[in-house]
Amino acid sequence: MDQFFTRRHFLTIAGALTVAAPLPAWALNDSQARGLVEGLVGQVNSVIASGKSPGAMYGDFERIFRRYADTSYIAAYAMGADGRSASAAQKKAFTDAFTGYISRKYGSRFREFIGGRLEVQGVRAVKNYYEVKTMAYLKGQAPFEVTFHVSDRAGKPLMFNMFIEGINMLLTERTEVGAMLDRRRGNIDAMIADLRKAG
Amino acid sequence: MIGFQRFLLGAKDMTARRGVLASLMVAIVLAGCSTPGPGEAPDGIWDPQEGTNRRIHDFNRRVDERLLKDNGTGLSDGLPQGTKLAVAGFADTAGTPQTIVNQLLQLRLWRATKNTLRFALNTTVGLTVMDPASEWGLVEDTSDFGETLAVWGLPEGAYVELPLLGPSTERDATGRVVDLFTNPISYIVPAPERYLGPAANIADKLISRSEYSDTVESVLYDSADSYAQMRLIYLQNRRFELGETAPEAEEIDPMALDTSGF
Repeated sequence: MDQFFTRRHFLTIAGALTVAAPLPAWALNDSQARGLVEGLVGQVNSVIASGKSPGAMYGDFERIFRRYADTSYIAAYAMGADGRSASAAQKKAFTDAFTGYISRKYGSRFREFIGGRLEVQGVRAVKNYYEVKTMAYLKGQAPFEVTFHVSDRAGKPLMFNMFIEGINMLLTERTEVGAMLDRRRGNIDAMIADLRKAG
Repeated sequence: MIGFQRFLLGAKDMTARRGVLASLMVAIVLAGCSTPGPGEAPDGIWDPQEGTNRRIHDFNRRVDERLLKDNGTGLSDGLPQGTKLAVAGFADTAGTPQTIVNQLLQLRLWRATKNTLRFALNTTVGLTVMDPASEWGLVEDTSDFGETLAVWGLPEGAYVELPLLGPSTERDATGRVVDLFTNPISYIVPAPERYLGPAANIADKLISRSEYSDTVESVLYDSADSYAQMRLIYLQNRRFELGETAPEAEEIDPMALDTSGF
C-alpha cells in the first residue's frame, strides 16, 4: 500500500500556500502571474527557514493563504453541488473553517520541504487564467513538477488551484469535503464543525 | 495462462521463458482492459469493482496499522543520511536496466540511451550506491511495463486496489505481472545477489513511509474517506506520469463558478 507513496507524491499534501509582493489591480499578465508564484515560493521558504514551532507556522501559513489565494473560489469549488443548498451564513462559516483546515493540513507538511527549493520554469496563458510551472528540487530525489493556476477573477491576481505531479488540489479537497458531508448524512453544520478540527 | 503457471512452477531454460513471455503478452491483449461507457466515470474515475476494492483497501490499511502506523519518523531518523541515500541510490541503479528494456519496447530510444549512460556512470563512478549521473543532468527517469502498455495504446481499464501493493489500474496491474519478467538483472545476475535490488527497493519504500509518516497517515487515517482519497491521488498522478488525460475530464474554469456568499 505504500508503493505509490514515493517522496515526490508527498508534496501533494504539502503546499497550498500563496503569496507575493503587493500587487496592483490591473488586468492579469504574464509577469504578474509569475511574480505571484515567485512571491509565494519566497514567503513559504522564509516561514520554513524561520525555525518556528509547527503551531506558529500554521498561523503564518493561514495569513499567507488568506491574503494571496482565492479562498472564496477554492471553498466554493470544494463544496461543489452541496453549496447550492447552503445558506449564506453556512457558506461564510464554511469558507472560514475550510481556510483554517487547508492551512493546517498543508502547513503541517512543510517539514518535508526543508532543504528543498522551488524554481519557476515558465508561464503560459490558458483560456482565462495563467498556468505557472515550477520544479521542486528536494535532496535525494528526482525533480518534480508543481503547477499553480492564477486568475484575476476577484480583481487581483490570486492562486486558485495547484497541481503537484498532476494531483489537483481542488479535486482532492472536493472529494474530501464530499466524504465529510456523507459521514454526517449531508448535515452542513456538522461537517463545518468537523472541518474546524480536521487537518 | 497455463504457460504462466508452468513458468511459476519453475521452467528453467531461457527459451521456455521467452515462450512464456510471448504467451503472456497474447493473454494480456486478449484479456483487454474494461472501458467506461458514457457517464460511467465521473471526475475521471472508473471503478466498477468498488466494493471489492474497498474491502482490499481496509485489509491494506489494517496491515499498515499493525506494522507501520505510529512508528513516526523513527526508522528514518535512526538511519544516517548517507545510508538512506545509498539505499535509494542502489534501488535506483538496480532498477535502471528494467526501465531501459521498457523504454526500448516503447521505442523511446533517446530516453533509453540516457538511462544506459546513467547506469554506466552510476555503476562505475557511483559504485552503484551514489548518483553522480544526476549531477551531469541525467536525472532519474523510471518506466515500467504498465507505461509500455499505455504507449502501445491499451486503455487504462478500471481502478483496482491490490493487496499489499495498493492502488493500481487493470493496465498497471498487468504491467506489474509482466515486469516480474522484464528485469535483465534477474537473468544475468546469480541468486542471491539478484535479490539485492528488490530488497533495496522495499527498504527504500519503508524509509520513505517513515520519512513521510505524517503525510501518509493523514491520508490513510485522517481522511473522511481514505479509499476515495488514495484512488484520486493515484489516478491523477499516474495519468500525469504517462501524459494521459482523464476520461471525461472536466475543465476547471475560474470564471464559471458561482462563488457568491463564500
